[in-house]
Amino acid sequence: MISQSFEYSAPRTLAEALALLAGGDAKVLAGGMSLIPMMKLRLAAPGRLVDLSRVPGLTGIREQGGALHIGAMTTHYEVESSAVLRAKCPLLAETASAIGDVQVRNMGTIGGSAAHADPAADYPAALLAVEAKVTLARKGGERTLAFSDFLIDTFTTALEPGEILTGVIVPVEPAGAGVSYQKMLQPASGFAIVGVAARVHNGSVRIGVTGLSGKAFRAAAAEKIFAETRDVQKAAAAVPLGVEANSDIHASADYRRHVAAVYAARALNAALSRAS
Amino acid sequence: MKQTITVTINGKAYSHEVEPRLLLIHYLREVLGLTGPHVGCETSICGACTVAVDGRAVKSCTMFAVQADGRQVVTIEGLAADGALHPVQQAFWEQHGLQCGFCTPGMIMTSRQLLERNPSPTEAEIRHGLEGNLCRCTGYQHIVNAVKAAAQAGK
Amino acid sequence: MATTITKPDTLVGKRIKRKEDPRLITGTATYVDDIQMPGMHHACILRSPHAAARIRSINTHAAAGHPGVVAVFTGADVAGVGPVPCGASLPGLRVPHHSILAKDRVYFVGHPVAVVVARDRYIATDALDLIEVDYDVLPAVADPEKALAPGAPAVHPEWPDNIAFTYHQEGGEPDKAFAEAEVVVKQRITSQRLIPTAMETRGVVAEHRAGQLTIWSSTQIPHLMRTLVAMMLGVPENLLRVVTPEVGGGFGSKLNVYAEEALMGFVAMKIGKPVKWIESRRENYLCTIHGRGHVDYYEIAARKDGTVLGLKLKLIQDLGAYHQLLTPAIPTLSVLMMPGLYRFRNVSADIIGAFTNCVPTDAYRGAGRPEATHGVERMMDLLAVELKADPAEIRLKNFIGADEFPYATATGLSYDSGDYAKPLKKALDIVDYHHLRQEQARAKAAGRLMGVGLSTYGEICAFGPSPATPAGGWESATVKVEPTGKVTVMTGASPHGQGEETTFAQIAADELGVTMDDVTVIHGDTAVVQYGIGTFGSRGTAVGGPALYFAIQELKKKIVKFGAMLLDSDDVSFSGGLCVCNKSGKTVPLAAIAGASYRAMKLPAGEQPGMMATYFWEPPNFAFPFGAHIAVTEIDRDTGQVAIKRYVAVDDCGKIINPLLVDGQVHGGVVQGIGQALYEQAVYDDNGQLLTGELTDYAIPKASMVPWIESSHTETPSPVNPLGVKGVGEAGTIGCSPAVVNSVVDALSHLGVRHIDMPLTPERIWKLISAGGRA
Repeated sequence: MISQSFEYSAPRTLAEALALLAGGDAKVLAGGMSLIPMMKLRLAAPGRLVDLSRVPGLTGIREQGGALHIGAMTTHYEVESSAVLRAKCPLLAETASAIGDVQVRNMGTIGGSAAHADPAADYPAALLAVEAKVTLARKGGERTLAFSDFLIDTFTTALEPGEILTGVIVPVEPAGAGVSYQKMLQPASGFAIVGVAARVHNGSVRIGVTGLSGKAFRAAAAEKIFAETRDVQKAAAAVPLGVEANSDIHASADYRRHVAAVYAARALNAALSRAS
Repeated sequence: MKQTITVTINGKAYSHEVEPRLLLIHYLREVLGLTGPHVGCETSICGACTVAVDGRAVKSCTMFAVQADGRQVVTIEGLAADGALHPVQQAFWEQHGLQCGFCTPGMIMTSRQLLERNPSPTEAEIRHGLEGNLCRCTGYQHIVNAVKAAAQAGK
Repeated sequence: MATTITKPDTLVGKRIKRKEDPRLITGTATYVDDIQMPGMHHACILRSPHAAARIRSINTHAAAGHPGVVAVFTGADVAGVGPVPCGASLPGLRVPHHSILAKDRVYFVGHPVAVVVARDRYIATDALDLIEVDYDVLPAVADPEKALAPGAPAVHPEWPDNIAFTYHQEGGEPDKAFAEAEVVVKQRITSQRLIPTAMETRGVVAEHRAGQLTIWSSTQIPHLMRTLVAMMLGVPENLLRVVTPEVGGGFGSKLNVYAEEALMGFVAMKIGKPVKWIESRRENYLCTIHGRGHVDYYEIAARKDGTVLGLKLKLIQDLGAYHQLLTPAIPTLSVLMMPGLYRFRNVSADIIGAFTNCVPTDAYRGAGRPEATHGVERMMDLLAVELKADPAEIRLKNFIGADEFPYATATGLSYDSGDYAKPLKKALDIVDYHHLRQEQARAKAAGRLMGVGLSTYGEICAFGPSPATPAGGWESATVKVEPTGKVTVMTGASPHGQGEETTFAQIAADELGVTMDDVTVIHGDTAVVQYGIGTFGSRGTAVGGPALYFAIQELKKKIVKFGAMLLDSDDVSFSGGLCVCNKSGKTVPLAAIAGASYRAMKLPAGEQPGMMATYFWEPPNFAFPFGAHIAVTEIDRDTGQVAIKRYVAVDDCGKIINPLLVDGQVHGGVVQGIGQALYEQAVYDDNGQLLTGELTDYAIPKASMVPWIESSHTETPSPVNPLGVKGVGEAGTIGCSPAVVNSVVDALSHLGVRHIDMPLTPERIWKLISAGGRA
């Protein structure tokens, strides 16, 4: 398993990175936890890798204006172990701790995961549930998109050619919010067969679901049922309704739908138990 | 196009011209002749290739050597100091935490990271912390014992 | 923890840390891929993406011209190399010609088609993409029962029924027993295809220099490989050296001679440079043997009081496309083992070996015996359910008695020794069985799904008497006392993680009165070590150990003769590293005796100089370890996930040389058994594509997926060998899977669940729960 040849650049500024990316057939390298295996399998063969690891300002977590700005190159381990995130956006920290294994969490980044849009990745469920935004830089500008708008389909996002995802913005959770991420593991890969992120506050709930279908999604109908009935089981049962579920050797579509409801109930109950 | 990288491996700086696609594991093994890190799965699951890069345990089969330019890499060969085994190495020996030994260098490197971050792990924490390292021989029990023993020795 | 038999005066029986480990924990051990040689080239192999296809043409032109490539070979180039050997023989066995590279047809995904040799592995990998193969894709069949159905695609066109062999064995009067039975229970039971997954994949380095071919291979059988590869390549066996460096696990998958070993020898001779091939994990999954692959139809006959009368088995073995070294022999071991520990006087078994368009199956940890144990242990539980009897009681009732050994089984074996109730009673005590059942009843009343599963297993180990094995079942040892008194042991067994460098040093140190540090154990190099058989079938210590013991006894005779000469006495004994004159009390140490034997200033009458003895030990019988495992499980009713709450293993592997290492073998074996029970399955689709082609899809247990194993022992010495050892390498695996499955079925039985096939995935269990047991 050896990738095809490519050129490699490790720019020292964002502008330099954007310029390199504009050169066509280039791909951003963040932690590489998904991209490098794909290149080794020769499923991806970019002509150039633009490694963001040496661009200053893309790592770390800072609080600003009631929101937490997480640099795209912040690793899962940094998110998992961040005291700020544990206090102010615990769902993200909890979800980060469920990703892969320690070596993957040491290298993998939140920006890389968000931009890869793997339908079985853990982060998207949480990012949807906390109503995260992503910042996308392009030559001479920047835009901010809701993560829900950013995520388009399986391995497909709103990133335009030449754009770089530079950060993730999540709101500081208000006091009394309760959160939980519950995941059934695919035992070989550690990816989610189904993962459900729940966030409860003042009787309203947000539910992000990953692994169930071609892309992570907000379970809007279930959220509505919960708001109306406060009935966890009814709300959870609505999570898989109308979803075209994935089916593979690890779980059939029927089983995934069933597990999604079970894990939604578990996530909701856990979130409720932590809310006040 | 080949690029020149400078990497500090087990405390010594090396400089080489490498293809960007050269994996760090192959740089360590085939360019530098190290035999500790192993290739077990190539898909970032088994952890036999685990080394520390700037203090973080990583799978060197899922990293290009060029990414390590300017960084500090420690492999299993760099653990024993002045002929004295690292406490985790010693514990793996005492507790029979290995059989065929193929996973062992990676397992020890990850255990070392685990204990750095959590000096007194529970059995569950040890098992969870070693999810990125597969062993087909030991059934993990003596590895768990080894990590516990190393934690004790570190106190 | 293990029962430690403390013998203050001996090393045998003590928990001693391994001599092997310093090199392994420091990263300085040499596995095949660690070998670097000047001028060494790398080979990569192009493999078929189709399970069945005719090859219309192969164009290697672009690959051969790729910068850095020195050679490309295809099937036409290797026509002079003999086929990959099958060592098993059965009456009427159909043996397909298995050439080392495909000729005009491919038979499974991964079938080697061409080899590229280049300056380095990156270039060789690139060049693989430049080879063009024009395939005429044919229908394939990947399931053994489908392969046997009328109209199935023929794996080998010359045998359209896909039957490689049929085999019948019976003992007693099975038809009569079934006719007279008060109860007959039937069940279809599968043992799924598994992928052995040694953490080190296979690898070969070959060098041809000055007329000598040397092959370094990650194998369990260096000497057999030398013989067989010499025959394949047509090179004189005494000009072929096979070296087994450190081996990163085998579990049977390296008990074989593969195409690549001969192929690298061929390449090295052609290019005149050393060549290395290292199997990728994907190749390991596609091309290295798989294990299991059974569909078994069982019938058990009994009286209403629970006395078993007979057992019938129809066994369909998924062979894959070819026979590897032992492929067709493996299911015959299942038949031998099928009565388990019970007094089945009437048995009947029929095997159908079915070709499929898959990689061959062969020996994987347990090799035929886990399948048999799983079958008989499931059937005993099904019988208990049918009779509303306790599974422990029904086992105790039918065990062969401790006073019945040696016991001749209905399948023709002679069990050496045993006390089968002992480990079961011990295990029941450990779990506090009575209270456990009460707890289970309370759990059930509370709506929880808790199960208790028993497995009382026996196994055939210490392979084995030569008449029962294809290539000799003995083992060899040489022991030398060097002129300085240091001891060198050379064993024909080829350990690869089991720890015989330590256990054999314990034996030698005890026998010769030296320290462990004084003993070095050498293995795995045909140029250094006398011919040997290898390590597999739980034989390393159980056959290699006695060989060493007898070699030392031979040597002791010589030591005593030299001692007598040096002490000028005719009444001398040797113990504790000293020859003692029993009259004067004068002593002479071993080192002085050895030194004198090499200087040879004077020799005892009729003695040769030097201090060395070699012994080839032929075991008179197999050894038969046994034990009892109990798994306590709880099922998540909502998802079907299984949690093993307790796992108790009481194993009797005869005398224990090193309890620390025995525990390690048990733990590892049990976890592979849990892997089969809960997680692992090689999945081929209908087109013969392997869907579990990487470790991202084939789930071997991780540390977090397995329980703490409460391991203990009983010790019933084997009378087969002077050490009393029986073998322990496979016990955990053989004992485990029925304990887990019986436990889960027990947890679900009140829902109407009678049987579940492995692996017990959450989805499979959830479906059963949802369907009220009928799925």
